[in-house]
Amino acid sequence: MSRIPGMKTHRNAELGLLAFSMVLVAIYAATVEANQFDTIHPTFWIPAALLGALFLGLHFVVRFTAPYADPVLIPAVALINGLGVSFLRRLDIARAISNKTAIPGVFAGTGGRQLAWTLAALILAAILLLVVRDHKVISRYAYTLGLVGIVLVMIPAVLPSSLSEVNGAKLWIKLGAFSIQPGEFAKLALVSFFAYYLVRKREVLSLASRRFLGIDFPRGRDLGPVVTVWLLSLLVLVFEKDLGTALLYFGLFVVTLYVATERASWLIIGLLLFFGGVYTAYLLGDVVGGPFANFYDRASIWLDPFSQANYDRAGGSYQLVQGLLALGTGGLFGSGPGAGSPGFVPEVRTDFIFAGMGEEIGLFGLSALLVCYLLIVERGLRAALGVRDSFGKLVAGGLAFTLGLQVFVILGGITGLIPLTGQTTPFLSAGGSSLMANWLLIAMLLRISNAARGPANSGGTSDRPGSGPKKPPTQLHGAMTEVIQP
Amino acid sequence: MNAPLRRAGVVILVLFGLLFANLNWVQAYKADDYRTSDYNRRVVVAQYDRPRGVIEADGKGLAENKATDDTLKYLRVYPKNEVYAPVIGYRPVSLGATGIENSENDFLSGESDTLFADRVKDMFTGNNTGGGNVVLSLSTKAQETAWKELTNNERGVTKGAAVAIDPRTGAVQALVSMPSYNPNPLVSHDEKAAAAAYNKLVKDEDQPLLNRATQETLPPGSTFKVIDSATALSNGYTPETQIPAGSTYRESGAVIHNAEDEVCPGSEVTLKEALTESCNTGFAKLGVKLGRDKIVGMAKAFGFEDEKLTIGNLKENTGLPVAASRTGDIANPDGSVDKGALAQSSIGQRDVRMTPVQGALMAATVANGGKQMRPYLVQKLLGPDRRTIYSANPTTLRTPISESVSNDLKDMMISVVENGTGKKAKIKGFDVGGKTGTAQNAVGADPHGWFIGFAFNDKGEAVSAVCVMLENVPGGHASAEAARIAGLIMKAAAGGGD
Repeated sequence: MSRIPGMKTHRNAELGLLAFSMVLVAIYAATVEANQFDTIHPTFWIPAALLGALFLGLHFVVRFTAPYADPVLIPAVALINGLGVSFLRRLDIARAISNKTAIPGVFAGTGGRQLAWTLAALILAAILLLVVRDHKVISRYAYTLGLVGIVLVMIPAVLPSSLSEVNGAKLWIKLGAFSIQPGEFAKLALVSFFAYYLVRKREVLSLASRRFLGIDFPRGRDLGPVVTVWLLSLLVLVFEKDLGTALLYFGLFVVTLYVATERASWLIIGLLLFFGGVYTAYLLGDVVGGPFANFYDRASIWLDPFSQANYDRAGGSYQLVQGLLALGTGGLFGSGPGAGSPGFVPEVRTDFIFAGMGEEIGLFGLSALLVCYLLIVERGLRAALGVRDSFGKLVAGGLAFTLGLQVFVILGGITGLIPLTGQTTPFLSAGGSSLMANWLLIAMLLRISNAARGPANSGGTSDRPGSGPKKPPTQLHGAMTEVIQP
Repeated sequence: MNAPLRRAGVVILVLFGLLFANLNWVQAYKADDYRTSDYNRRVVVAQYDRPRGVIEADGKGLAENKATDDTLKYLRVYPKNEVYAPVIGYRPVSLGATGIENSENDFLSGESDTLFADRVKDMFTGNNTGGGNVVLSLSTKAQETAWKELTNNERGVTKGAAVAIDPRTGAVQALVSMPSYNPNPLVSHDEKAAAAAYNKLVKDEDQPLLNRATQETLPPGSTFKVIDSATALSNGYTPETQIPAGSTYRESGAVIHNAEDEVCPGSEVTLKEALTESCNTGFAKLGVKLGRDKIVGMAKAFGFEDEKLTIGNLKENTGLPVAASRTGDIANPDGSVDKGALAQSSIGQRDVRMTPVQGALMAATVANGGKQMRPYLVQKLLGPDRRTIYSANPTTLRTPISESVSNDLKDMMISVVENGTGKKAKIKGFDVGGKTGTAQNAVGADPHGWFIGFAFNDKGEAVSAVCVMLENVPGGHASAEAARIAGLIMKAAAGGGD
């Protein structure tokens, strides 16, 4: 992909921002050492430098494969990812101090593992950028991806709890010491499938309608796929015991549907169906129990976390309350990195990492993190606005929105805004699945933003023969959609 | 497709706005609630960040700290185990604190306003100098003698209490309750083990957690005759005044006998003799003659019915709460004086109830010329650097009797120990006075044995006043064993060795 002279790529801006992010990560690590050891070791900068080197690698891949990509995405994600690694390392250090064992090396402990996962995730992202030179190629595998997505979603549901349940949510595949969260990857596959499906169906779904109460309603038979996805997400809710994941899939689908058809009616139908389903599940959980009981429990914990009964019972509000107390103890400015007591926050390495960090960086620090997430999501949506093909718009819009929704679901959960569900905090939580899937998501956004910001002809066919598909599937160029038969 | 994408962007903005607003609610508005919540372990850990002040007496540490390796940096240690538990109490990780550990908690933890300067200094020096130290008025010799003698009593009694007070100041020299408990398991950092130890104590039928010296009220028996005597002396009687007696006295359905037939069988006996021999009929008749209001009034003047007394720090009047001692109604259903009840009440039976602390205060008042000093346990408060921040300045609590009445009463009580029922309390080199009491309680149960008394040294100084109470003493002469123990405690409190 050759660059057009005179068109700005902003790659040097990206490099500068990346350097700034790594400086922040290094300062964070230095503060942690100052608070934990009362001294800053001369080696404090090594993890930040290693991370910087990894991100620099991705930066160079982007320079050559997606020169016009959005320059803010990588630095913003790198900052969050780097702080995540540093916080996990901080937990390792604290544990080593209290156990009087040797301070873990850069590659040891959860922090070291997270560093390794970052490397793996960046390699995957680089491979995606290298292999997929044109995002539209993906549409050729849409049905395969759709099937893979649904299978990935369903696997934990059908597996026995011993192989799939962590903290009451059946979202995992556990194979010995190794466990993955297939749902993290499923969302990428599903977005691609939805985008393809909706591009094909958008005419049918948006034109054929009946008007009722001032809202255009689609034809009954076109509702089929929507109802299917709705049922699927409710099944996830009930059998994987996880409201957050259900909300994520359903929100993802409704939004891509809405963007594709530009019909507000889909939003209204979607929201009514979802909240109706959730409320029914809540009532059923109260009356019937069984598979609905878990959801009912979580809702009642959310309604009154500080009641002694909820706090004391097994699987009760203990986690939520300890997370809230950590956040409250942090207050406006926090205790400073390394000076808090994240040891009191359960699951502080995964679900509650935001609460653990919040005690130390305070409201101001967390607000800055929120702004970083918001920046990533809005930049993704910006790429969707700019890209010229419908498939790209839906993929970028869907992915960016899903990322935003996931941040909302987990952070809303641990701050008591909505019932708590076991989602990972993107780029922050310890765990390879989440990190790899989300970096793949960023790679897709980079790819699409490159098409959006680059010269008009750079999105269509590849200039370099043999590196991309020989012929793009022309029917997907926003053209071939189903036409209404009279 | 761009319009809905923009709207999706707005939805994300709104969702993040909600997150931000909620974060403000949690980290700003509710921050103080959460920071100090009972569920917040950081509160507990912060309390263990600096060493808690030491509680000591006679230069010996009674509650100290041991550095640990866990998140709670200091473990509270009570080296004398159960001996001082009724006074010091304990301070567990998550259960409620008791005793001096509770009442002086702010000072011991270093959070008291008086230690504000130390905290500021710590902030600049980076040290954690710890909380303030509490010096108790207890005499370790008296306390340990009291514990040893109570638990090794010659009658095999398992429940009882002893209190010793310096009559001149109100300083508590000993305060023992039996059975007691070992506070160390209760303050274990293993909270489950601590809760188990606590629950075991709560379920124990002998109620080891009950402070029998301050909280248990029992019929005082003949020790109440000190009140009758004080009333009579304050109303024109002298120790030599003849009062009616006899072997039996019937009044409105109540029948009063003497403990033994040889006690005051004659129709009259002097007041002094009546007290010396503990003549029931004499004092019952005396009480009825003097009337309910005078007897009850004198009891109140000595501290009965006081519901607010605490023994701790004179400045704040906080510390161990003392249950109110009672004289009861002594009334018919229509409110008029029930003379039978008055006759029985005058010898410390019927509904009269007294704490061991009240008994000791009565003896102390007589020994101190009629002035009852406010009892206290906290002699001094020392800063972390051991500078004196507070020193007890004794105050008079009540003056129930005049000095001349107290001198007469003192002579009468010395006669009890010299010639009467309290001979076992005699100690060499001291003038000891007192009054025994054998209180009937439930039908068929052994009576409680009491002794209240005081000791003067050879310089004529009142060095100690004491009350010993033993519950359900088998084998007759219930008060004799109490008198013996009382003598040993006073000797220890006065500085005499074994």
